[in-house]
Amino acid sequence: MSPILLAEQVLNGLQLGVMLFVMAAGLTLVFGVMGLINLAHGSLFMVGAFAAAAVAGATGSFLLALVAALAAAAAAGALIEVLVIRRLYDRDHLDQVLATFALILIFSEGTRWIFGSFPLYLNVPDYLSGPVTLPGGIQYPLYRLTLIAIGLAIAGGLFALISKTRLGIQIRAGENDREMIAALGVDISKLYTIVFALGAALAGLAGALVGAIQSVQVGMGEPVLIVAFVVIVIGGIGSIKGALVGAILVGLTDTLGGVLLPELFKLFMDNSTASSAGSALASMLIYILMAGVLIWKPTGLFGAST
Amino acid sequence: MKLRSLALVAALSALASGAYADSDGAKVKVGMITTLSGGGASLGIDARDGFMLAVKQSGNENIEVVIEDDQRKPDIAVQVADKMIQSEKVDVMTGLIFSNLAMAVVPSAVAQGKFYLSVNAGPSALAGKGCNPNYFSVAYQNDNLHEAAGAYAKEAGYKKSFILAPNYPAGVDSLTGYKRFYQGDLAGELLTKLGQTDYASEIAQIRASGADSVFFFLPGGMGISFLKQYADSGVDIPVVGPAFSFDQGILQAVGDAALGVVNTSQWGKDLDNAANAAFVETFQAEYDRLPSLYAAQGFDTANLLLSAMDKASVTDADAFRAALKAADFPSVRGKFKFNTNNHPIQNIYVREVIKEGDVYTNKIIGTALEDHGDAYAAECKM
Amino acid sequence: MKAERIVNTSVVAALVLFPLWAWMTDAPFLITLATKAVIFALAGVGLNIALGIGGLVSLGHAAFFGLGGYAMGILASHAQAYDPIFNAPFVLEGTKSMPVIWLVAIISSGLAALAIGALSLRTSGVYFIMITLAFGQMLYYFSISWPAYGGEDGLSIYVRNSFPGMNTLDPIQYYVICVALLFAVLLFTSRLARAPFGLALGAARQSPLRVKTVGISPYKLQLVAFTISGMITGLAGALFADLNRFVSPTMFSWQLSGEIIVFILIGGTARLFGPVVGAIVFVLLEHLLGGLSEYWHIYLGLLLLLIVLFARGGLIGLLAGKERSHD
Repeated sequence: MSPILLAEQVLNGLQLGVMLFVMAAGLTLVFGVMGLINLAHGSLFMVGAFAAAAVAGATGSFLLALVAALAAAAAAGALIEVLVIRRLYDRDHLDQVLATFALILIFSEGTRWIFGSFPLYLNVPDYLSGPVTLPGGIQYPLYRLTLIAIGLAIAGGLFALISKTRLGIQIRAGENDREMIAALGVDISKLYTIVFALGAALAGLAGALVGAIQSVQVGMGEPVLIVAFVVIVIGGIGSIKGALVGAILVGLTDTLGGVLLPELFKLFMDNSTASSAGSALASMLIYILMAGVLIWKPTGLFGAST
Repeated sequence: MKLRSLALVAALSALASGAYADSDGAKVKVGMITTLSGGGASLGIDARDGFMLAVKQSGNENIEVVIEDDQRKPDIAVQVADKMIQSEKVDVMTGLIFSNLAMAVVPSAVAQGKFYLSVNAGPSALAGKGCNPNYFSVAYQNDNLHEAAGAYAKEAGYKKSFILAPNYPAGVDSLTGYKRFYQGDLAGELLTKLGQTDYASEIAQIRASGADSVFFFLPGGMGISFLKQYADSGVDIPVVGPAFSFDQGILQAVGDAALGVVNTSQWGKDLDNAANAAFVETFQAEYDRLPSLYAAQGFDTANLLLSAMDKASVTDADAFRAALKAADFPSVRGKFKFNTNNHPIQNIYVREVIKEGDVYTNKIIGTALEDHGDAYAAECKM
Repeated sequence: MKAERIVNTSVVAALVLFPLWAWMTDAPFLITLATKAVIFALAGVGLNIALGIGGLVSLGHAAFFGLGGYAMGILASHAQAYDPIFNAPFVLEGTKSMPVIWLVAIISSGLAALAIGALSLRTSGVYFIMITLAFGQMLYYFSISWPAYGGEDGLSIYVRNSFPGMNTLDPIQYYVICVALLFAVLLFTSRLARAPFGLALGAARQSPLRVKTVGISPYKLQLVAFTISGMITGLAGALFADLNRFVSPTMFSWQLSGEIIVFILIGGTARLFGPVVGAIVFVLLEHLLGGLSEYWHIYLGLLLLLIVLFARGGLIGLLAGKERSHD
């Protein structure tokens, strides 16, 4: 394999990783601040993609579509927080898993009821489509480079938000001691709604961004959800830094594993068998990575030890 | 909406025009198990609508159709099949879209003496050693469209194909089917993850491989993702694939990325015969959308069944089986007959994706394989 | 306690009388449906040992359910084709005998549970939920891409396996086999919960430190519980595969792990009959709502939501009051 191809694959892994981070950031924030496992996070990803596809179809503007995705997912997030989620904060994880599992069913079939069973159309805007040539002669799609840039910008923004702003201070305080910030006069239920809506908006944005190069269809959120959980568990639940490291680790492992394992197996078996065995192992790889990390560090790479 | 009552209404509301008479008045109860909810629902809905359109047009009052959803889960499909056989007492079963569901239901249904007419799935296990006189595939044998793609690639003079499919039995079969007719070398062969949504790394490998053509089989959302990302990557090696990723239902979601792509199918809406013209027109009038391959297959399946009902009573299994095997119905595909293993012998066409006004659709541009059977018929002893 | 005993007795009565009624009125499909509920109940009772008594929320129990299923599929498909599983170092034939299949299912899922448990129990809380999910997903992807036993297509068996002296293809006879196994396991579980082992396990859930000071290792207790739990769920998997005469990777899917938890929560966590009530209600809902609307998942979702939000302690908690039988 040539170094150029390898470099391109590293970029692909990085791109997958930063999009996973945008998805996982909300999940890990909500867990860190409110102690809630939200399986319906994947549904918010789907809501974002559908809202973007609908608005892009009506107006033809990709930017408006992204705004719509942010707004729709944030609104859906705020709505379920007020109606359902806030009743779950003091429940055990089991109740949270069941209730948010129920929300997945409602969101998925509700979306299918409104938009039908056929996949929707959402595409990369003209000004971002096509490849560009990078130093070293790599032909790489401009849109994927944009995704990497947006993802890194969001990561930077989130770190700034948490370390520099008033909201960030409240969030950090909430992670450490809930009673204390209530005692300090912070409206905790409003804080929770804001944090939840913020996480939802990020998931919706990820849905719209990724939806442009994938298929916008019902159920698109679940596979991403599982991988996002893998990410935050590897990084340590509640840690934004952990989510970033975990996301990039998972993105690189998944991409490079899929490319390198079949090549590796070809060294000692015939092509077809190697391809089949290699891709079988590659599909298990991120779960093996996660199990390995947890066995080594039972609360993830950056998780608070219990 | 109650599905069962919908089916009943469709069956009863079609009042006989008078020309029709069943040979001895025996009723036929049909159990249709298909995917109506969750992922893949659009395929089942099309097959169902095509089937019910034919039933309605026939005006035959002796056919009753019970429709149930399999949720694309094999265990649900098996359970619904048990229910249809044990308590609904159906005579004929049909409707399954996905091969893995068909493998769960068909062997035991035909072992219990039921007829099964496949509207889509045609796994190789049921075409060769596992064939059964009561099982008819009205669509194709799973390898057929891939074989046609291979034949097209050979015809087009491709020498170095890059081929990819998901790592599951139907995916592996598709690559085997392509290689059966394609004669050139392979620039690469990849098995991707089932349900994969990002193909950046595969596309990078295609770009680096120096291939002169790409063959892919990625049904459903996987194909949409692949085509969009492929178009955006700037790689301009010609792509060929089976009809599934270019079907009416999903083409609109792929958009411009699919324009000009060559794909293989045993049907196209512009296929020139009277039955097809009438089908395309009435389907649009009834459901307000263009018919898909699955709708065409459902429509043919119902007409095959109706033609057998005209000739024989379902209570006389041998006569009914012979009547099915005769395939004496006007197929929307034109020529159609059954091979020794009850799988079709038919033409497989080459289509190209075009845009008609605002709608993406396919145009037939040639014939890949004429009167094509399948590779497993010789293994079938019945 | 009394109210719960009444609920339990009525459940047992229903499990005996309903299929009897369906049999007399010649409604074989209702018996098949009841069999499915009984098998799901068995899987739930298995998980409940880990989850209810031990507090170990496993989102990967489909792994054991699937292993049990594949034990049946592999043994029976080899027997069906008269093709030994392997010839070296010794000849191992497949089998169509249910008791042998059950034994293999229990042993293989038990070994898997021992290995998965030994690694997973190093973590706790959410991490435990997620690592069990990861192991389930590994087996799921492995079963899809491993071609020898059908991959995603799964394995089909033409005739149900045999049990000495019974005609297993007759729905009511197969039901009797399954319900007898369920009752036996329920008896075992209730004994287990009251035995010193069960009490210590419950104590380890509430306060690991207290157990440690008495000189018992919570890790070992939980590992044993997790293994027993996996064995029972594996047995249920073998029965489920035989009910459908079919096994496929969907038996390993994380949705199935979720559903087994749902059975327990609908019925009531840590109640002996919780998973039984839950599985019956779930199968009933799936059957009734599925016939009502294409979009029945919405109603199922709403109903689950109502149960979590307003019926804490599950249906048995609702019917029998708040106290928990195992504590």
